[in-house]
Amino acid sequence: MRKGKDYILFNIVGYIFITIIGLFTFIPFVVLVVSSFASENYIINHGYTLIPREFSLSAYKLIFQNPQRIFRAYLVTIVVTSVGTSLSLFLSTMAAYVMYRKDVKYRNILAFFLYFTTLFNGGLAPYYIILANYYHLKNNVLVLILVPLFNVFYILILRNFIRGSIPDSLIESAKIDGAGDFTIFLRIVLPLSKPALASIGLFIALNYWNDWWTPMMFIEKQSLYPLQYTLYLILSSVNVAANILQNVVRIDMPKETLKLAMTVVATGPIIFLYPFVQRYFVKGITLGAVKG
Amino acid sequence: MKKNGFWYEIKKNKVLYAMFLPVAIYYILFAYIPMGGIVLAFKEFNYRDGILFSPWNGFKNFEYFFASGRAWLVTKNTILYNLAFLAAYTVFSVACAIFIAELAGKIFKKFIQSVMFLPYFVSWVVVAAMMYNFFNYDYGLINTLIKNLGGEPIDIYSNPTYWYFLLPMLYVWKWVGYGSVLYLAAIMGFDEECYEAAIIDGANIFQRIFYITIPMLKPTMIILILLALGRILRGEFDMFYQIIGNNGLLLDYTDIIDTLVFRSLMQVQDIGMASAAGAYQSVLCFVIIMLVNWLVRRYDKDYALF
Repeated sequence: MRKGKDYILFNIVGYIFITIIGLFTFIPFVVLVVSSFASENYIINHGYTLIPREFSLSAYKLIFQNPQRIFRAYLVTIVVTSVGTSLSLFLSTMAAYVMYRKDVKYRNILAFFLYFTTLFNGGLAPYYIILANYYHLKNNVLVLILVPLFNVFYILILRNFIRGSIPDSLIESAKIDGAGDFTIFLRIVLPLSKPALASIGLFIALNYWNDWWTPMMFIEKQSLYPLQYTLYLILSSVNVAANILQNVVRIDMPKETLKLAMTVVATGPIIFLYPFVQRYFVKGITLGAVKG
Repeated sequence: MKKNGFWYEIKKNKVLYAMFLPVAIYYILFAYIPMGGIVLAFKEFNYRDGILFSPWNGFKNFEYFFASGRAWLVTKNTILYNLAFLAAYTVFSVACAIFIAELAGKIFKKFIQSVMFLPYFVSWVVVAAMMYNFFNYDYGLINTLIKNLGGEPIDIYSNPTYWYFLLPMLYVWKWVGYGSVLYLAAIMGFDEECYEAAIIDGANIFQRIFYITIPMLKPTMIILILLALGRILRGEFDMFYQIIGNNGLLLDYTDIIDTLVFRSLMQVQDIGMASAAGAYQSVLCFVIIMLVNWLVRRYDKDYALF
């Protein structure tokens, strides 16, 4: 193809625009990570800079000196995220498969039954009172798994993915071969839905990993605090020291950098998931996707 | 048994309906039953009698909510902020998707997409920490820069006007990666032949974008905007609560329905106000969705939500 002036101009504008957007999204992460390694002194005297000149590990040392609380929060988050994600992904895909099957006469009613919950709800007050006082989910680890369990849009995306990528004839022939509905789901639909499962699974996992709202509403027992909520408490408390380390009180506590180091520690692991799932993204979130 | 009756259908596909059951039970317990709890807005709640048996008090909670003077303020804030978010988000996502689709360098595109997706991965708690990093009065990066250049530091956390721009910017920062993937997925699905024909006819790259890509993106844009309009009264509680919190200096300019409901319920423990405001939000939200959907159906049936 001939590369005319318009093409060159387009590329110049495009590269500049996209690079600016990229820097705009990336720089805050750089500042966060780099500053967490800065010395407290430097920040107090010079403020945050893109590249501080005095490096120090004291914030991280402090976190891992007395790590019970952080490890406990990690444990809660990891358990909740892994149990929640697998449960949610399996049951969501199963429901999506049911709504995809053309021989299910009420499939559209089922879809609307789910969709309606996004149109209308009772508001926060009844929700809170019903979960806390009627289901007795307060201070129960189950609430951390149940509240973010399903998302209607994910279920509908999964249905549309299955509809778009698995031919009806495949299901038909499996049926003729004597496979039951559940076997078809396990042996055919699940393996063929890998791209959608990967991207939706990542979204679900992120919802669990980043959830601070559920614990703020329903958890008062410190032993059940997940990572993000612990982080939130540390960031919002005036006395950082008391919050992160119960026994150690030090005057030279690196308060500023401690907050940042804690943020890095709470974010780290989930970001590493990304490269493994990225290649499925565009394929997994096909459009129709969004429509109910 | 009738050949196309309800029970016949259930029996015929009992395995399939059973497979749907977990999700159905969940939504009955966690969505439909709380929906019934909307009666709370018309009651004077006490914990002893619970939602069902607390005494009715008619529209008192609503009178109180509207008399408080907050109702109009939070409605206005919620709608205006969400419109600003939606406009900024749509423009940037579409622009990024088009550029990423058409630019030459493969590795660059992959890399930049990963970078743009990073903010999607972090919670608003983390974003709040980053904000503090940048805008803190004493140590923030921006103020450090200003001071080094000899200017007066700005106190962003007590100055409301900045937030009209900052919040939409933050919103774009957080979601532009995700939005551009949605639009990119749509662009990838377009028919190559259209473009080839246009090239043969001598269309340059800008003409191809304005006469092919953007018109073909229209259905996607309309659907995404419709979905967002349906949620216009439930905007980004996470963001407002984490970034602004209960900062009294900013509250009048950044209070939205969700933060008001949350404060009334969890901090002031004013259940009457919380349920009235919540019910007001739900009903108004429902009306807006129906209205938007009706308008779109009149314009073009295919674009309607249902």
